[in-house]
Amino acid sequence: MNEKAANEKAVIQKNAIEARNIVKTFGVGQAAARALDDVTVEIRQGEFFTLLGPSGCGKTTLLRLIAGFEMPTEGTILLDGQDITYLPPNKRPVNTVFQSYALFPHLTVAQNVGFGLEMQGRPKAEVNDTVARMLALVKLEPLAHRKTNQLSGGQQQRVALARALAPSPKVLLLDEPLSALDLKLRKEMQIELKRLQVETGITFVFVTHDQEEALTMSDRVGVMSQGKLQQVGSPKDIYTKPVNRFVASFIGETNFIAARAEAGKVHLATGDTIDIAGLSAGGNVTVTIRPEQLRLVDKTETGAMRATVKSLVYFGTDTHCYLSLTDGSEVVARLQSPASGDAGLTPGQSVGLRAVPGAAQIVLD
Amino acid sequence: MANPSLKPQRKRAFSVANLPGFTTIAIVAFVALYLPIITLAAYSFNASQSVAVWGGFSLDWYAKAWANDQVKDATVRSLIIAVSASLIATAVATMAALGTTRRRSFKGQTFIYVVINQPLMVPEIVSAVALLIFFSSIKVATGYTGLGYLIIAHAAFCIPFAYLPIRARLEGMDLSLETAAADLYATPWQTFRKVTLPILAPGVMAGAMLAFVISLDDVVITEFVKSGGQDTLPTYMLGQMRRQLTPEINAISSMLLALTVVLLTLFFLLTRKNDQ
Repeated sequence: MNEKAANEKAVIQKNAIEARNIVKTFGVGQAAARALDDVTVEIRQGEFFTLLGPSGCGKTTLLRLIAGFEMPTEGTILLDGQDITYLPPNKRPVNTVFQSYALFPHLTVAQNVGFGLEMQGRPKAEVNDTVARMLALVKLEPLAHRKTNQLSGGQQQRVALARALAPSPKVLLLDEPLSALDLKLRKEMQIELKRLQVETGITFVFVTHDQEEALTMSDRVGVMSQGKLQQVGSPKDIYTKPVNRFVASFIGETNFIAARAEAGKVHLATGDTIDIAGLSAGGNVTVTIRPEQLRLVDKTETGAMRATVKSLVYFGTDTHCYLSLTDGSEVVARLQSPASGDAGLTPGQSVGLRAVPGAAQIVLD
Repeated sequence: MANPSLKPQRKRAFSVANLPGFTTIAIVAFVALYLPIITLAAYSFNASQSVAVWGGFSLDWYAKAWANDQVKDATVRSLIIAVSASLIATAVATMAALGTTRRRSFKGQTFIYVVINQPLMVPEIVSAVALLIFFSSIKVATGYTGLGYLIIAHAAFCIPFAYLPIRARLEGMDLSLETAAADLYATPWQTFRKVTLPILAPGVMAGAMLAFVISLDDVVITEFVKSGGQDTLPTYMLGQMRRQLTPEINAISSMLLALTVVLLTLFFLLTRKNDQ
């Protein structure tokens, strides 16, 4: 298993997409808005790459630039090392799954799936073979001759996927394809998408604003905000080592505590100290600690922060405990609910609070 | 309960369509619209010479109209003009609709919209006089006196009728379909042929049908533009009515009506099948 993983790593080092110093502005003069502000990103061959960010952060614009629907104001885009910046969309070996699916209403499911191959001028027999294979891949064979408006949302989604995969693109772009589905179907499709990506070995570039989708499906995630790429890394990296306040707060829940840095540790305003290995910089910093990395301990324990329980919210598997520190700042701790469901805490109670070693991180503002 | 004004007067849901007088006005409107047409059709079967006094049932007037060479001539001419004009108008209107909806709004868009719809706004008699003067100078210069003038004139005033339904269909169309086609390796021409046009088809058909009916029906512009011996069915009928009024006119009108009804029914069935 490890050897296989290592082999795969070696294979995927080549870049499928390289976007260099991309700037995209909409409008002119005073009204011009920068949708993308000097974005540079490398997407490796065969990986599941997710662009994650709130709406309006520029992630869809970047996707449309890769697809060729828009041209960048500045910068270059390479596909397998070749410059495709100004190539029209029909000349790029890249296909898109649209947010609205954009299925052709006048064609059947099979005709939709075969559309790209037909436009490429592939022989009829090859088109039919590939369409059959694609319909089998997304488990839609029985519906091949239906019109697309007779299908459910989940089925339409599968047709859109099969249609985009049929011409074997070098890169598949997915623009929030799951956002129109209900929760249960969305979970199913997440697994399905991941399976398709592994089976076909095609590079997937997935755009979403849903951090859970990004974490569960991706090999690597690029977090975007205000037209800038904030951080690129594996889901674990961006969750456990966020580079800045935005990334830390956009992915999962977290606590921010103002502190003063010293070698190896930080001093909080409360007078408490937290050890942070390898810390050298001095001055004022922001410390982030995930709620699930905080533990309640006895208030007399040495080195523990003193805190008062403000309120408790029961979430089933865990209980969120809102606390205030001695300087009045508030933090939340996520405690696993005991079998009885009662965490044994009452508002107003004094407790000790301790971060799991290594959980506290310094972030940029 | 004691307050009588709170007692429901009638079992009717609250709706502005339940205001008093709606039913009456609807009935009056229907009578005014359809009674004359029914009368016209009924008297086309009249055995007597009069269009107002019933003299028993007969199909004579249909036979007479059918055998009338002038009617045949005029009908053929009307159909040639209507088919040619509606084809030209639909092609132009489709391009105009694509041009005005498929690009970001540009300066002068409203102006172009007004220009395209000019025949709807300028009084027909003004266009007729203008065309008469314009074409007569061309006639003098070229010596050509064929049906071309009528076809061009009809095509011109049919354009807005073809344009409006096509434009409505285009505006309702999901633009991402064309993007998807481009993404799937279709050239702009293939995108138009394989995606835009098939989806647009019901609108194009509706536009062509409307243009056809409008052309078939025209009197004013035809009367002014036509050269001698170029009577269309409507101008022939007008000419006949100036001389003598017989139920032959009723018979011709009824046949024209039947043709229109058949066309509209066909069109309705076609578009319904297309939307399923």
